[in-house]
Amino acid sequence: MTYDWPILSAVTFLPLIGALLIVLMVHDDDEAAQGNARWTALWVTIVTFLVSLLIWWGFNPKSAEFQFVEEHEWLGGNIRYKMGVDGISMLFVILTTFLMPICVLASWDAIKTRVKEYMIAFLVLETLMIGVFCALDLVLFYLFFEGGLIPMFLIIGVWGGKRRVYASFKFFMYTLLGSVLMLLAMMAMYSQAGTTDIPTLLTYKFPSGPIPFLNWEIQGGVQTLLWFAFFASFAVKMPMWPVHTWLPDAHVEAPTAGSVILAAILLKMGGYGFLRFSIPMFPVASELYAGFVFALSIIAIIYTSLVAYAQQDMKKLIAYSSVAHMGFVTMGVFTLTVQGVQGGIFQMLSHGIVSAALFLCVGVIYDRMHTREISAYGGLVDRMPIYAFCLMVFTMANVGLPGTSGFVGEFLTLLGAFRVNTWVAFFATTGVILSAVYALWLYRAVIFGVMEKASLKSIRDMNMREIAIMAPLVILTIFFGIYPAPLLDVCAVSVKQLISNYQLALSAAGQSQLALTH
Amino acid sequence: MDDAFAALTTYAPALPEIILALGALALLTYGVFRDDNAAKTVEWLTIGVLAAAGWAIVAQPAGDQILFKGSFVNDDFARFMKLLVLAASAFSILMASDYLRKMKMDQYEFPVLILFAVLGMMIMISAGGLIALYLGLEMQSLALYVVAAFRRDSVRSSEAGLKYFVLGALSSGMLLYGASLVYGFTGAITFTKIAAAVQTGGDNIGLVFGLVFLLAGIAFKVSAVPFHMWTPDVYQGAPTPITAFFAGAPKVAAFAMLMRVALDAFPAIANQWQQIVVFLAIASMLLGAFAAIGQTNIKRLMAYSSIGHMGYALVGLAAASQNGTRAVLIYLAIYVVMTLGAFACILAMRRSDGMVEDINELRGLAQNDLTLAFLLAMLLFSLAGIPPLAGFFAKFYVFLAAIEARLYTLAIIGVLASVVGAYYYLRIVKIMFFDEAAEPFEPMARPLKLVLALSGIFVLAYVAYPLPLVEAANAAAKSFF
Repeated sequence: MTYDWPILSAVTFLPLIGALLIVLMVHDDDEAAQGNARWTALWVTIVTFLVSLLIWWGFNPKSAEFQFVEEHEWLGGNIRYKMGVDGISMLFVILTTFLMPICVLASWDAIKTRVKEYMIAFLVLETLMIGVFCALDLVLFYLFFEGGLIPMFLIIGVWGGKRRVYASFKFFMYTLLGSVLMLLAMMAMYSQAGTTDIPTLLTYKFPSGPIPFLNWEIQGGVQTLLWFAFFASFAVKMPMWPVHTWLPDAHVEAPTAGSVILAAILLKMGGYGFLRFSIPMFPVASELYAGFVFALSIIAIIYTSLVAYAQQDMKKLIAYSSVAHMGFVTMGVFTLTVQGVQGGIFQMLSHGIVSAALFLCVGVIYDRMHTREISAYGGLVDRMPIYAFCLMVFTMANVGLPGTSGFVGEFLTLLGAFRVNTWVAFFATTGVILSAVYALWLYRAVIFGVMEKASLKSIRDMNMREIAIMAPLVILTIFFGIYPAPLLDVCAVSVKQLISNYQLALSAAGQSQLALTH
Repeated sequence: MDDAFAALTTYAPALPEIILALGALALLTYGVFRDDNAAKTVEWLTIGVLAAAGWAIVAQPAGDQILFKGSFVNDDFARFMKLLVLAASAFSILMASDYLRKMKMDQYEFPVLILFAVLGMMIMISAGGLIALYLGLEMQSLALYVVAAFRRDSVRSSEAGLKYFVLGALSSGMLLYGASLVYGFTGAITFTKIAAAVQTGGDNIGLVFGLVFLLAGIAFKVSAVPFHMWTPDVYQGAPTPITAFFAGAPKVAAFAMLMRVALDAFPAIANQWQQIVVFLAIASMLLGAFAAIGQTNIKRLMAYSSIGHMGYALVGLAAASQNGTRAVLIYLAIYVVMTLGAFACILAMRRSDGMVEDINELRGLAQNDLTLAFLLAMLLFSLAGIPPLAGFFAKFYVFLAAIEARLYTLAIIGVLASVVGAYYYLRIVKIMFFDEAAEPFEPMARPLKLVLALSGIFVLAYVAYPLPLVEAANAAAKSFF
């Protein structure tokens, strides 16, 4: 089913229109104006979410084609404004629109200064994030991908914690450095293929013959160079070890909602990029360097899990655990099997919900006690039973307990890895154990034990607003843990197409190689 | 009578220059006779003259028109660049008026000198031969030397003017020396004839020698590294609205001249000048990026920033292709808009006790004047080349041309330099948004608001409708190929 109005552009630019509304309508900075800004942002994000559900409703899961495609003249010379979604990207669009109202609600009381600007920054960021997943043109994609840096930089820098300046600069410079190389690769692709149209490029065969360089040959040739340029960008965004160090800093300093967006959506852009660009466009290079990605993924899983265990700061612990979980995603995606890729996608969506929820949980007690030190808490179960329950669900999901959404993703990625390489699966599985170590340790330290600190004696349980934020996340975590089919079915056809195209391209490249050598 | 009229119409392609020359002389005369409080009238009349010249350009038919035996070329490229120069100059005068009045510098000579400089730039842009090029260049430069030292009682301003003059004279000398060598080895003055001679004769060491000197002289005017030394001092020393003018129109004119020489006179030995341009581009981008990091004076920072930007524009020229030329034109157009906007903000940095130039004076600007802080931040992000702002597209086309010309190393160094460059722009944004507020500035003058609003809207909205500029630049770039 299609709509006779441009639904993707509507979903993408609705938040921007909301931001303009706030600019035009809200002038003062008194209580009433702040309330107006909050309510406008909330309504805009809710409407955006509802409209985005129409995408899911009208989406045909049996087709691997891009749907709801829109195309307009834009930059000239085959660079066009083109939007569209397939089974993979649609899920990320919904994830984004789903989390935004939650972020607005989470910032309701926590943000007291410059509320209007805060809401504007968030709405602009939403437009850019949705655009990333809808764009079907390289330049358009880059525009949204990089544009997100500006609002996020301001969100961390203006509303962040003590070391916010350091964190915001690190975030910006790291990501920019990774991305400019991707930009050059995109230009090289444009000059080679003559188009920046993503559907065309998905089946375009970039040369993969080895290139002589100094004394040795670069295997995979042009594809390898382009693959590494894209890898630089996505690995930083993901983030993969060893370029993950910006993430803990950014998370710790960002306001709660900023952390949520970072963990739940911005990180997914890396994984989405691998699926959309690296694998289908450079299959030979992906095949060649899958082992390299496995190695980095396993280091990420084991090393960052250990680092997470050593943290004093709750947000930092969750940030490191995010890096470890993203290790599962990269591992699953680069198994290049249907299970592995589906597992990677599911893991990203699940992590989007669970890590968002964990950061929100930290936000709940941070708003009350203004500290994130793990040692400052203990015995909260007595005063905050509802909170203890929510945190338990998300901790278990983080560990990957069966029955939670975390399990499905980890299981599928491990299954994919096992089929490709037993050792990779073996080492990755130790990560599951390690994640139980730090996550359960965190839960015990915060929730159980004796409530010794006098300041904690009067702490209140979650209020209605906070329960309203948590409830949908709890429900979805358990629902998708028990019944993951809705998500897996939607992306199944697209993933199968991705893998079969990949194998076709690989065998075609192999044949041309053979033809050359004979 | 008819014959005389027919003779006049043959000069129609030079009508904009004629308007400027007559206008400048008339305004000078008017100023001399009215002397007191003539400044304001002359300013407005100057903008009128510039607008009239702009209208004369728009009204011209498309295609090449050649006058004075090839010394004066009026093609699509010339019209594009001339309109850019006229617009940049008109807005600079607009921005200057309030400042000059407050500093008690509102003399009628200022707009008239600008008019003469603009006339020189127009001739540079249309120069079809070495002599016309030199005439235009000197006309522009002499006016600019005086303007740089316009604040006579300020040591810094006088120093800026003197420094500019001495180094400028040196570079003119180099340029003349190069021109004489080129003439000696080709026997031709006009670019088309030089190109023909080079085509048949090929390159020889003397000709390349002359080319190097010629390019060195022009690189000085573009302020490309290693001929940039004057730029920070002159930018800092000259009165701010004059710095704003220096950063815009003269750069465009100098670039036009560089492109004329490279693409009209020496297309046959592109491989020779390409090496030089690649070196200039790399050196300018890197120096612009690294040297700006330590600056505390915002005008000095803008000087290094403009050096870096000239480096990026040179990347497009290094490609020596039609797409590369198009990229340079797009780059210059967007650069001029961004620079004017940024200087409108710098001119707004005024407290009751006078102008301030330290970057730290901007601290907490977002709390005092959010609109100003937001627009300046957008301009800075745009200068850094972050999408979806206009500055990104400028860099995009330039690097695309470099990739298409297989200048991969140049492109990689360029984007890495742009990451380093982003750091110092971010630092200003940080000071404005993250730091505690300082004492607020005085309210902005209305012309500044206008310029800032226009450039802010351009930078933000360019993404929605980028095609007209691309097509105009494309048409202009076709003049060379």
